[in-house]
This record gives sequence, C-alpha cells and structure tokens, in this order.
Amino acid sequence: MPYISNTDRDRQKILSVIGVQKFEDLISSIPAKLRLDKPLNLDEPLSELEITNKIKAQTCQNICAGSANAFLGAGVYDHFIPAAVDTIVSRPEFFTAYTPYQAEVSQGTLQFIYEYQTMICELTGMEIANASLYDGASAVAEAILMAVRKNKLMKAILPATLHPEFVKVIKVYTEGIGVELLTAPEKDGRIDLKALEAMLDDTIGSVVVQNPNFYGNLEAVSELDAIIHAKPKCLLIACVDPISLGIINPPAGYNADIVVGEGQALGNSMYMGGPLFGFFATKLDNARQMPGRIVGATLDKDGNKAYALTLQAREQHIRRNKATSNICSNQSLCTLAATVYMCLMGREGLKEVATQSAQKAHYAAVELCKIPGISLAYPQAPFFKEFVINTPKPASQLIKLMLPRIIYPGVDMAAFGKPNALLIAVTEKKSKADIDALVKAMQEVVK
Amino acid sequence: MSQTIFEYSTAGRKGVSLPKREIDTHLDSLIPKELQREKIARLPEVSEMDVMRHYIALSHKNHFIEKGLYPLGSCTMKYNPKVHETLVRHTCFANLHPYQPEATLQGALELLYELQSDLAEISGMAKVTLQPVAGAQGEFTGIKIIAAYHKAKGNTHKTKIIIPDSAHGTNPATCALVGYDVVELKSKSDGRCDLAKLRELVDENTAGFMLTNPNTLGLFENQIEEIAEIMHAVDGLMYMDGANLNALLGIVQPGKIGFDVMHFNLHKTFATPHGGGGPGCGPVGVVEKLIPYLPVPMIDKNDHGYYLDYKHEATSIGKVHTFYGNFAIMVRAYIYIKMLGAKGLRRVSENAIMNANYLMKRLQPEYHIEHTEFCMHEFVMDGTKQKKEQGISTIDIAKRLLDKGFHAPTIYFPLIIPEAMMVEPTETESLDSMDAFAEAMIEIAKECRENPELLHDAPLCTPVRRVDDVRAVKVLEPIYPIKD
Repeated sequence: MPYISNTDRDRQKILSVIGVQKFEDLISSIPAKLRLDKPLNLDEPLSELEITNKIKAQTCQNICAGSANAFLGAGVYDHFIPAAVDTIVSRPEFFTAYTPYQAEVSQGTLQFIYEYQTMICELTGMEIANASLYDGASAVAEAILMAVRKNKLMKAILPATLHPEFVKVIKVYTEGIGVELLTAPEKDGRIDLKALEAMLDDTIGSVVVQNPNFYGNLEAVSELDAIIHAKPKCLLIACVDPISLGIINPPAGYNADIVVGEGQALGNSMYMGGPLFGFFATKLDNARQMPGRIVGATLDKDGNKAYALTLQAREQHIRRNKATSNICSNQSLCTLAATVYMCLMGREGLKEVATQSAQKAHYAAVELCKIPGISLAYPQAPFFKEFVINTPKPASQLIKLMLPRIIYPGVDMAAFGKPNALLIAVTEKKSKADIDALVKAMQEVVK
Repeated sequence: MSQTIFEYSTAGRKGVSLPKREIDTHLDSLIPKELQREKIARLPEVSEMDVMRHYIALSHKNHFIEKGLYPLGSCTMKYNPKVHETLVRHTCFANLHPYQPEATLQGALELLYELQSDLAEISGMAKVTLQPVAGAQGEFTGIKIIAAYHKAKGNTHKTKIIIPDSAHGTNPATCALVGYDVVELKSKSDGRCDLAKLRELVDENTAGFMLTNPNTLGLFENQIEEIAEIMHAVDGLMYMDGANLNALLGIVQPGKIGFDVMHFNLHKTFATPHGGGGPGCGPVGVVEKLIPYLPVPMIDKNDHGYYLDYKHEATSIGKVHTFYGNFAIMVRAYIYIKMLGAKGLRRVSENAIMNANYLMKRLQPEYHIEHTEFCMHEFVMDGTKQKKEQGISTIDIAKRLLDKGFHAPTIYFPLIIPEAMMVEPTETESLDSMDAFAEAMIEIAKECRENPELLHDAPLCTPVRRVDDVRAVKVLEPIYPIKD
C-alpha cells in the first residue's frame, strides 16, 4: 500500500503491544450499526505510472491559456515567473512544514513572512501587513469588517467599478454581522464622484476603491481621498494590483487607511484561479484590529534576532468567538512565491514589468480601435494593463470564432451586464507579434 | 545569521532578465503623471544566486515532514507524495485561466467533477462543493448553509449554535462571523458530549450543533445518533468539523450517521501539503435537503461535457472565493484518492488508529493520560505529572523535544485538558520512527526528574534558542526598516 510504512508483521507487533487481537478491537467505541458494512464505491487504485498517464490524458483535454495566445485577466494574470521561484517553493522544507507555531524550528517560514510583510508595506506605503488572507475578495471583506470594528459604523460603500466576483464574496462575508452594503454608481468607467459625495454621510464606515478597477481604469484617487476623508470617521479601503505599484501611485499617496488586493500576479501560476492570496496592510495603530497571522521580529533567549507570530490574542485559537476573524491559515506558500518574485525583480524589475505591461496594453488598445466597429468603452479613463472595448457583435461570438485560432481575446463582459464588450488584459509576456495576431484575428471575426 | 534579504541589497544588482522593450512609448503619454509613482519601491537589489542562497539558508531552519516525525494532533501531518507535485506542475494545469472558454477546460472540470463525487462517497453526503479554500472557510460555508436553510424555512427565531468545549477555536469564531450566538457545551468526564446538558441547552432557538468527530480528545462520539435526534427534533442541523476525518475513511460515513453538513481538510486527510500555513482546501458536503444552498458554481455535466453550474444561484449562499477554490490543491487530493482507492483509504485510517494507540500505550507509563480507553487517530496526554512533581510545564517538554529532532505535539489544546499534549502520528510513520519518538519522550520524562534545568533551558540545539514571543508583542516590529 503506498505511503503506509507498516508491514503486516509491523501491524501484528503493534496490535500485540497494545494488547488486542485485531484492528476491530480498537474501534469498539464505534457502535456496529454506524460502521460501513461494505467498501467505499471508488475506482480501483492506480499505480504512480497509471495515475501519471491518466492525468496527462486529462490535461490534454485542456487548451491552457499558457499555450494559447490569451488576453485574459480580471483578477488573475499571466505575468512572467522566473525559474528560481519554483525552485524555492518546491523545497519540502517550505511546502511540507506546518504553521510556524513552534518558532524555534520555523525560523525559515517566519523570516520569509517578515520579509514579505516588509515588501508589501514598501509597495503600498503602509506600516504593517499580515501574513496573507485567502484571496483579494475575502481581503476586501475582511477590510470592511475591520473598519466596522474600528469605527462601529455598519455601512460600507462598494463602487460599481469593483470586481463583481469580489462583490459576491463580500456580501457573503459581511451580511452575518449586519453590514449594509451600498453601491456607488460609475460614470465613464470610473466611480461617479458627485454621486459618491452625495451618498456619503456620517453613518458610512468605509468606502472601497479598486485601483485599477475591474475595467482596468485608474480611479481619480486624489479626488476620492478628499471626498471620502471629508467624513472624519470614514475609512478608505484601497484594493490594488500589486504589479501596478511598480509605476502607479501607492495607496499611501492618497491616504488609504487599509490596503488589500489579489497577490497572485506576484510570482504565482494561474491554476484556474486557485490558490490565490490576499494581501492586507494598514497603519500601525490598526494593528490590534487586523485579521490573520502576523510575524514580528524579536529576540531569543540569548539575545539573538529571531522571529515569531505576534499579536496572537486577536486570533481564533486564543480569542474564539471574540476573534477579529475566523481565519486560521494563511496562503503561506503563495506568499513565499511572491517574496522570491519580488526579490528577483528588485526595484527596476517590477517597474519594468509594469511599464512594459502598460505600453503593450496601450498599443493593443490603439491597434484594436482601428478596426471599424471597435472602440474603447471608456475613452476618457486612463488605464494600466487592462481595458474594455465595445464590439460590434456579442463578445461570446467573437470568442467562439477565435477558438480555432487558439486565441482567447478577453473576458466576455456579458456575465457582468455588458454583452457587446470584452475586457482585455495585456502583460509583459505578450510580444508585439502576439498582439498583432489578436488584431488580425479580430479584424476577421468582426466582419 | 538572521540577516534579511534587504541587507544583501546592492545598488544596480539584478536578479532577472526581462525582454527588451518592443513598444517603447513614454509612460507620461499613457498614464497621467499625477497617477504615477514618484519614489521607486525599495525592493532588494540582489542576484539570483543571492536569492537562492538566502532562501535555501532559511529553509534549513525549518522542521518539515521529510526531516522527521511531526506529531501535531488534529493537524494530520502525514507524508505528502511527490507525484502530486510533479503532476500538478508538469502539466497544463498551472497555466489555466479561470475565464477560459469552458470547452478548453474539459480535463480540469472532469477532474473536479470526479473529486466532488469521490468526496461525496467517502463522506456519505449527497453533494460536495470544492470551493472553500481552508478548513475555517469550509466551516463558514457550512454554517452559512445552515443559516440559509433556516431563512428559507422561515426559522427566524433560530439564533444560536451549540459547540462542545473541546472544539477548535475556528468553530466559535465562524459562528460569530455568520451572526450566531455561541453556546458552549461542557464535556462529561469520559471526554464526550454530555447528553443531559445538551438537552437542557437545546430549544426552539437552536440552529445547529457543531461537532468534531472523533473529537479533539481522539474519542469517537458514540452517542451521535441520540445527539442528532435531539437536534433534529427542533429542526437544528448537525455540522461535522472534518479535521479528524483521517480516523474514519472507509469505516464511518458521517452523512449516514446523523450529520447534515461537514467540511473536509484536503491538506490533512488527503495528503496535500500544509505549505508552512497554507494554502489548504476545505470542501463541504451536505445532505440532500441542503443542496440548494451550496455555493455557486458547482461542476456538472450534460451531453456537451462538463460545465460550471450556476442554476441554483437564487437559493445559493453565494460565493466564498473569487473563482472556484484552490484548484491546485484539489488536483493533489484527486491523485491521492485515485492512487489509494477504497481499500487504501480504509488502510490509511486503520494504520492511523493503530499507530496512535501504539504510541499511547508506550507513553502511558511516563505521562498522565486522562482518557485511557482506546483512541482513534490521536490521543491527548499531558504534563500535569511533570508540572506537579518537577515544576516543568508542557511548553518545556515541547521545546526539549525540538532538541531531539522531532516537532512538538499540539500543546495546550484541547483547552479542557491542563498542560495538554495532543499526539497524532498518522499512518505514514513507521514503527521505527514511532519507537524513536517514544524513546525521546521517555528520555525527556527522565530528564525532568534528573535534570529539570535542562528542560527550562530548552531548546539548545535549534537554529535559535527559546523565542521571546512576549517581546514580539510588546515591541512590535512587523517590518524591516529598509534603508534607501
């Protein structure tokens, strides 16, 4: 039997040391009528070779975005990942370790999380970050819940420009404790500033600003800062693409109180959207209201530098139903990939990735809009690496027509209320030839 | 020794080569200046070799499964097969995008469909969602489903969930997040639920009961049918925390003994890696009447193939994850189930139970054990004897164990056992490694008697000495002060 060390002889020895005749004697506490009287109805077991062949056959039925000419984003992005990232993440020392509760034999994990927290704070301009949450969506939800703990105001405003899948998750996470979610309308692909200003009063606890937003557009953050912070208790929750921070104003620059976001783009493969990780950073005086694990630097008994989980009195294993969140795990291995990625990129590398993504996205937008019938959905709005085009036919048709060419032209916006629109993402991985091929295919399919 | 990566930084050094610019428009012509970053993010400037040396050096400071026994109770630190890692990476899985056309995702969707079905069979539940990404999120999903059920039935008076005092901390924290009041049920002297007390607590306002089975003392809750009867009489639902499912594979199907909803921890029972704290995966199974409330999408199939099913969105609790959950973790669990099959999974639980009883038997002469009946996959011993006789705490024993090359058991949990040490060897440990662990524990008991100072000083041989976690709170340093 694979992965079980005991031989039949070992089993006999174990039973005799315990002092029983047979295994069933050990489970006598389970009433017989509760026990399964037949084997589970599962497939016959496969050897390592057989499962390898089965999985290979299964993957052959996929045409992955990695081998297609894909322009898919909307929260999960295909950025370049240096080989060294996977070499580190594949170390059993990291991936088979448990949560670093026993600090003395977990310094490797604890220190990389400390470095990760530092890098997240450096990117966002915040003072403290946690060890990560499940994904960007739950990170926004946790930020809203933290705002409630802080100012006791039970209303939050979500913009219509926020990722619709995030909105669904936020609703599920916040309804239990009675948070009222309001929607600020959009205007020309960005938050309608006048409408937001009219909605804000002293009962609003937080406003979420996704920047770049779901459409890829960059919000008018200075104006949003002024409008939101005109209400002294109201918190600005910024939800950002970490890659964008290579060139885009960090949230501290527009006085964000809490900064969250989806971190996958930092060195993690797409894996059909999971695992992802949510980063969470804020100002130091919010530390005790934060959700999730936090690592801090400290000293060991001999006065040497060491690291440990800190502020654990916030967490479920100590505080139980009074905890700041029910979360137990963090997406540790994903943050390790992110940490190694950020190290390899360095100051100039991250800036270069962001710059090339923006340059190529804008090139694609210009070239696509030369095609009759295609136009930018939000021509007024500045964008980063993602943009929406209006299409002369339903996007679903265009996607289907491009399938034989193995081009995925973008995300169909029909599911989000815009049937004749595509959300197109361009990363630094796309070559000019890839983009030109998209444009050429588009010319043909819109006819 | 504990130098951070920032201290290796040298201006101008590079760790990556990026393609040259094919389209070199000036950034200011694309993005308004006022929206751009002024000051560069001070990430480290290091070479690839700097990065490799630094993180490999850090990796050497961790305990991990391949290094030695990891007897954390309720965490199920079993061996993680390496074929999982090879297959999940060396295939097309890694580069699938969640918004690809369904026609191009058929292999992945088939795998998920089969995993949903296999987990339903293993648990005896009617249907399983794979979306929750961790045990705690599985709990959250399950309790939301309970809330949705009551809402649909007009049970607006139901405000409380009952939880035993031996429960994991996530249980009460989850109920609070869903908006339920938590009522704690004291355990009786044999370590199981006290039915008389339960009857007193249950009333029309009870929405459900959350139970870990086997419980955190490693004991099977053998009155489960009576408990379910009490709950169902007031239309309360039975939730099973599946953290300890490793004891039940092919032996008991929770869905057939009174539970209505449960979560799985794929990173425990199904051998996916813990990753130093995550990512995990926490699928949820439900009985027939709760299917309408499962998160969207489910994976289903028709004549055209496999598809993401949103049909029940109107009754569903909604979504708990941006996309479809932790796909890469599901692939690993799928491989595990397919390689073991029904017979193998049953063998997993049998050996897990035998190994735990073996260790309990070997350690009983030296350590106090409150509940000495046969255990399931884990047992709880404690340091009360050493505390009373030598003034040595469980934390000291745990730290000394680190010196001997083992990880410590789960300590000070469950909360109802003073000085608790919860031990779960798992089925993948051999007799030899269990003997080595037992001998280390026996030696420590001896050291407690003969050289108690050693215990207070422990650990002595680990990468750092005992870490001052009180200082970590008092002098909060969550980030490194980067120099320009």
